[in-house]
Amino acid sequence: MQNVDAIVESGLAALSGVTDLVELEQVKARYLGKSGELTELLKQLGKLPAEERKAAGATINVAKERFTDAHNARRDAINSAKLEAQLAAEALDVTLPGRGSLPSGLHPVTLTLERISELFRSMGFEVADGPEIETDFHNFQALNIPENHPARAMADTFYVEGGNLLRTHTSPIQVRYMLNNEPPIKIVAPGRVYRVDSDATHSPMFHQMEGLWVEEGVSFADLKAVITDWLRRFFERDDLQVRFRPSFFPFTEPSAEVDVLGERGWLEIGGCGMVHPNVLRNVNIDPEKYTGFAFGFGLDRFAMLRYGVNDLRLFFDNDLTFLKQFN
Amino acid sequence: MQFSEQWLRSWVNPSIDSDALSYLLTMAGLEVEEAEAAAPAFTGVVVAEVKEVAKHENADRLRVTKVDAGTGELVQIVCGAPNVAVGLKVPCALPGAVLPGDFKIKPTKMRGVESGGMLCSGKELGVPDEVDGLLVLPVDAPVGQSIRDYLSLDDSLFTLKITPNRADSLSIKGIAREVAALTGAALSPVVIAPVAPVIDDKLAVAIDAPAACGRYVGRIIKNINAAAPTPDWMRRRLERSGLRSISAAVDITNYVLLELGQPMHAFDLAKLQGGITVRMAKPDEKLVCLNEKEVALAEDMLVIADDAKALAIGGIMGGLESSVTDATRDVFLESAFFAPDAIAGRARSLGFGSDSSYRFERGVDFALQHEAIERATQLLIDICGGEAGPVTETVGELPARGEVTVRTARVAKLLGVVLSAEQIADILTRLGLPHRATADGFAVSAPSFRFDIAIEEDLIEEIARVYGYDAIPSDTPRSGMRMLPLPEERRPREAPRHLLAGRDYQEVVTYAFVEEKWEADFAANSDPVRLINPIASQMSVMRSTLIGGLVDVLVGNLHRKQPRVRVFELARVFSKAGDGFDQPERIGGLAWGPRFAEQWGAKGERVDFYDVKADVEALLAPRVAEFRKVSHPALHPGRSAEVLVDGQVIGVIGELHPRWVQGYDLPSAPVLFELDFEAVLSAKLVKAQPVSKFQAVRRDLALVVDEAVSYGELLALLRAAAPAIVTDIGLFDVYRGKGVDEGKKSLAFRIQLQDAAKTLTDEEVEAAIAALLAAANAKGAVLRA
Repeated sequence: MQNVDAIVESGLAALSGVTDLVELEQVKARYLGKSGELTELLKQLGKLPAEERKAAGATINVAKERFTDAHNARRDAINSAKLEAQLAAEALDVTLPGRGSLPSGLHPVTLTLERISELFRSMGFEVADGPEIETDFHNFQALNIPENHPARAMADTFYVEGGNLLRTHTSPIQVRYMLNNEPPIKIVAPGRVYRVDSDATHSPMFHQMEGLWVEEGVSFADLKAVITDWLRRFFERDDLQVRFRPSFFPFTEPSAEVDVLGERGWLEIGGCGMVHPNVLRNVNIDPEKYTGFAFGFGLDRFAMLRYGVNDLRLFFDNDLTFLKQFN
Repeated sequence: MQFSEQWLRSWVNPSIDSDALSYLLTMAGLEVEEAEAAAPAFTGVVVAEVKEVAKHENADRLRVTKVDAGTGELVQIVCGAPNVAVGLKVPCALPGAVLPGDFKIKPTKMRGVESGGMLCSGKELGVPDEVDGLLVLPVDAPVGQSIRDYLSLDDSLFTLKITPNRADSLSIKGIAREVAALTGAALSPVVIAPVAPVIDDKLAVAIDAPAACGRYVGRIIKNINAAAPTPDWMRRRLERSGLRSISAAVDITNYVLLELGQPMHAFDLAKLQGGITVRMAKPDEKLVCLNEKEVALAEDMLVIADDAKALAIGGIMGGLESSVTDATRDVFLESAFFAPDAIAGRARSLGFGSDSSYRFERGVDFALQHEAIERATQLLIDICGGEAGPVTETVGELPARGEVTVRTARVAKLLGVVLSAEQIADILTRLGLPHRATADGFAVSAPSFRFDIAIEEDLIEEIARVYGYDAIPSDTPRSGMRMLPLPEERRPREAPRHLLAGRDYQEVVTYAFVEEKWEADFAANSDPVRLINPIASQMSVMRSTLIGGLVDVLVGNLHRKQPRVRVFELARVFSKAGDGFDQPERIGGLAWGPRFAEQWGAKGERVDFYDVKADVEALLAPRVAEFRKVSHPALHPGRSAEVLVDGQVIGVIGELHPRWVQGYDLPSAPVLFELDFEAVLSAKLVKAQPVSKFQAVRRDLALVVDEAVSYGELLALLRAAAPAIVTDIGLFDVYRGKGVDEGKKSLAFRIQLQDAAKTLTDEEVEAAIAALLAAANAKGAVLRA
């Protein structure tokens, strides 16, 4: 029995050099297998006198336990070294770019349009739309624009064969909407419009947005409030200075131009006013009972102001390098 | 309208500065577009008289002058101007003066000669004239007076943008009236006394078009000196109003037009035959106008004629032949009222207008004609001499001016602010609108100078304007709160756009009018909607397809060396439909170049039909579209399909036809799609189905068919034959090559089977697969060995 310690020590020494799980099991078999050295010692217990047997058994069991613990520790060490090695081998360069496509984006005028639509939706305005080839009635006549008004000239308006025209503003949408709906009416109407004009600040096709609120009791004070609120939300400036000054449009009265105070002084950004009673009559709404306001402005101009674009033509050049900035 | 602030202030002089005046006008609806100083800032320049001029010893071009600048002694100044001469009155900058550009004048030596100041040209003072050299002042210019005072340079040139309804403000008189109403400052109009006739000569005037000519006031003035110079003060006011001085007679009529707003005309009496008739133009009548253009007069144009022929286009422009020249001795002055409707649009149809037509078509005060002719007569006699005849007047139909009522309650309702009857009355009084109180408001008579007061709202606008738009409150409105509809069977307009942007398509905006060729090429459309007045030939027809614009964007970006182009557009397209037009919205896209932007992890394969097909399928999902081979003018016949949803064709997809790849100089074919936007927006409300608790079974079925048999055909057969337990049929491989005969292909289907109520037996599964196989046999499909 004296050699128990020696066997355990040699076993522990054998385990300590092992780096491979197979070899580890072979070492284990050598000591704890059917004919392992410690197993053999246990087998010999029976030959010992009965009074020595108990103590010797205990000694061998302690030895077995030491060996088993050492074996387990070694196995864990080998496993964790293997895992470490695997992890190291599998490591990626996480700084490489991701694979596949990134999104592209929307046109800056659309971004502007969607934002403004959303702002007005939050105030209960619905988004309306209408045709771009329009009739003289919807584009001019119903809007109280007289027969000999300069806007009707070929120099300003595109005409198509047969007497119809390309809408010169989004206002015909309000005409169509009012003809088909009863007050209360709260809409905004964005869209493409067309005028015979082309230079650095004019495009023959551009975008406008029209707004209309017709309901009992709608007043010029409401108009001021809604427009001011909208402009402050759009430009995200609560202290934005907004002013209304008298102007003239055939379809509103009183009419106003809206200016905002920019870094270089007052900037005209749109027209508005109380819907002219003739316009309401033209769409079968009683102007005594209902009042309303309307406004219109250039979406392209808003996009230019918002994003710092200084040339309108960039919006229609479709240069991807320019457009991708807005993604 | 441009005018001099000093001129306005001679009529009404509120105690506010130029900026405040400008703001006041703008906020009252007479927008000041520009307020420009008459001259840049400078100081220390006075009127001086050149007393001596001597040669400079050391410089050929320089002269040594001695000038009297009112300082008590002569000042020696070296001067390089070619026009310097003894006796001239010129501006002289004395030491201490600061000229424009912060140029300080000090005593100096020029080539060795003392120079105690500088004689100035107009250019150096920022008041350019046409003279090369010193600004030559009139001989009576007072020596020593500040040149700023002498030339009234402390003035501003206001340019107003007058809206078409405010014809009453197209004169100094009108603007002064407005300023007085807004500020309460006293109006001091120019005093106009009638000029007593000293001769009896008069010209008979007949009005044959009484609706067009409401009043015609005329007067003969004889023995004028038409060559007399226009006085400086008048010339200056005209110039500061943007008018060039032409001759005394013309300048006087222009001056009265600016001052009072009454367009006038002077005829050379000697050129007239018989009396004056105001009538409509006759067929084929022609006239050479003052601008030397010969025009064919339309029959809706008013003419001023004598017994022989047309002399002038009424209210628009005089004729050249009867115009006043320096040789004119006797003139006939015209001061008339022409109705706006008789003038409007005529100038535009002629291609030229005038200050006169601009005012008449907006409305000239029809009570102004006598005042204007007296004013012009007085100025003419003062400047050109002459003897005035009696004023004659012929009257046609003058505008009727009824009463317009305004209700106090309506003012509050429309403006959202309560104004008392007293406040309203005060505003009406200040505006010079005669009124009387009624039970619920006022009855107002529009004065002859206002053409924009016909209904109650016109008055409310006036009240609001003078009360001040700024003063109207801006309260958060209260209205009945109603939620907006939010239909679930129709996607929001934004959704398809965002989806395409998310799939790497950049949104573009292209013109709705295109080259006619694009319509022929991409839509085989020989009858597009044509514009009558296109801005350019390549924008002459309305597009019926978005493809042209998308291809054009590709071309443009290839020129800019873009390696990869993926774009989409949402816009209307246009075509004729019976008497009207069909103009639906479409959403179209184009992809060209590598499937992915160049990157380390992808091989750079080019985008193809199936990539774009997936984008279209995603756009329509969860609805499943069908794709059917199609022949489309823009697309490759073997690589294009029409897209169907619920059996309806809603668009196309395909590679650009090789013909157009070549025709539009493209390096390779893009893949395009174009879909009806309404169809893309429609969606279905989900009806949930129970999910089976029993295990699903998968079987794979590799079928070998002729190349000519399409996947779609085979799938349709399988679906038609599939028993209810077949819950899904999917394609997972297409194989050609070893083991499959030439001219054939193997399509591998994944068949999923499941029963809602029980676990499937092998027999049931085998029976289902056999049924599928039998159906596929109809197309010659056999199980792959």
